Amino acid sequence: MEIITPILIVGIIGLLAGVILAVASIVMAVPKDEKAEALEEVLPGANCGACGYSGCPGYAAAMAKGEAQPGLCSPGGAEVAQKCAEILGGGQVNMEYKTALVHCLGSYDNTTDKMVYDGIQSCSAAAFLAGGITSCRYGCMGMGDCLRACEYGAIQICNGLARVDPAKCKGCSKCVAACPKGIISLVPLKQQAVVRCSNCDKAKDTLKVCAIGCIGCGKCVRTCQFGAVTVENGVAKVDPAKCTACGQCVEACPRHVITMLGE
Amino acid sequence: MDAQTIKSLVAIFLAAILTENYVLNKFLGICPFLGVSKKLDTAVGMSCAVTVVMVIATAVTWPLYMFLLVPNGLAYLQTIVFILVIAALVQLLETVLRKYMPPLYNALGIYLPLITTNCAVLGVTMLVLEKGAEDPSFGYLQSLVNSFGSGVGFLVAMVLFAGVRERLENCDIPETFKGLPITLVAASLVAVSFLGFNGVVDGLL
Repeated sequence: MEIITPILIVGIIGLLAGVILAVASIVMAVPKDEKAEALEEVLPGANCGACGYSGCPGYAAAMAKGEAQPGLCSPGGAEVAQKCAEILGGGQVNMEYKTALVHCLGSYDNTTDKMVYDGIQSCSAAAFLAGGITSCRYGCMGMGDCLRACEYGAIQICNGLARVDPAKCKGCSKCVAACPKGIISLVPLKQQAVVRCSNCDKAKDTLKVCAIGCIGCGKCVRTCQFGAVTVENGVAKVDPAKCTACGQCVEACPRHVITMLGE
Repeated sequence: MDAQTIKSLVAIFLAAILTENYVLNKFLGICPFLGVSKKLDTAVGMSCAVTVVMVIATAVTWPLYMFLLVPNGLAYLQTIVFILVIAALVQLLETVLRKYMPPLYNALGIYLPLITTNCAVLGVTMLVLEKGAEDPSFGYLQSLVNSFGSGVGFLVAMVLFAGVRERLENCDIPETFKGLPITLVAASLVAVSFLGFNGVVDGLL
């Protein structure tokens, strides 16, 4: 019977605390921002951070305050952007789709491993060893840090090289952050030529480590009629805004390192 | 209130800050001490929240213990009842702040709920009762002063350590010591330096 008193006392204290809190939360309720709540409903709720905010609630709050524009949510796409714009009372939104792209073609056909690596199967761990395990110190090591970061199953590793499926990629940029080599970036999802190499070495050094790497010869720059291709730091770069997807640089490249997106 | 009482209250207050510092002498509340002391302004915000909660918690738990638990022979329920009360208090404080002081609420942010499980707060409420049991003159008022002093002591420790950590940011630390290891070394040195205050307060008054 002596157990009854403690149960009663603790129970009553708990009950009292609960009642006080419940009353307090009703009496001192703060009206939430209705706009922010409605926006949060519309957003996908994946909290991926592609918009640059801590998560969907953060982005919704920023939009409601007018600090952020609708259309930053790449997983949500145009549909979500449109809905957000409607809630905010704005008009049309131009949504730019983006996809991640691995700027490397260094599969086992083109590069070799310079060591027998038996350590942790993770790119970021391997990257500490003499600049990575592949012959090219800029290249993809193919141990799948990006693959594990991807929540949409858009990345595959085949033959020691990561590939992004643009059809599945939502452009959340998690793989961009996961890659220790920094060779994944977001590019606009449209028909365009892309340079699949990140090697900034001089031509002679590039030739030694990769059968396909960009040597910065500039043939593509001269071929392009639209001035969309430049060579920076010994590696070619395509400006998506100027590229018309004519495919001439793809044909001109002696190293076959420029391809159309998605190929 | 006579001069003697005021003198003893001042002594209790100073002792709580310097010689009985909860972080640096009793090693309670180490988690926020290491976690939140990276920047000075967050450290100050966290310590102010802790101070407020410490005083309110003591103000509520002391009579609860003396007039409800002890007469019913339930002193052994101290921990669980105190946790319950502190959690409810923190929640209530959060609601009140959100309504009436939104800037402060936003500034405290995540720290307020974190205090719910802060062992320094629980430690203060339990240790003042222990002191009261040892020394009958250590009553309700003394307990409140002690808990306020403990909060200020927490503030002092946090501010000092935030300063140390901001200095550490600019130092050339060996690779192996970077991050938590050097922080722990620095924390222990700050704690050792506080040992120097032993006996100072008694001699002061």
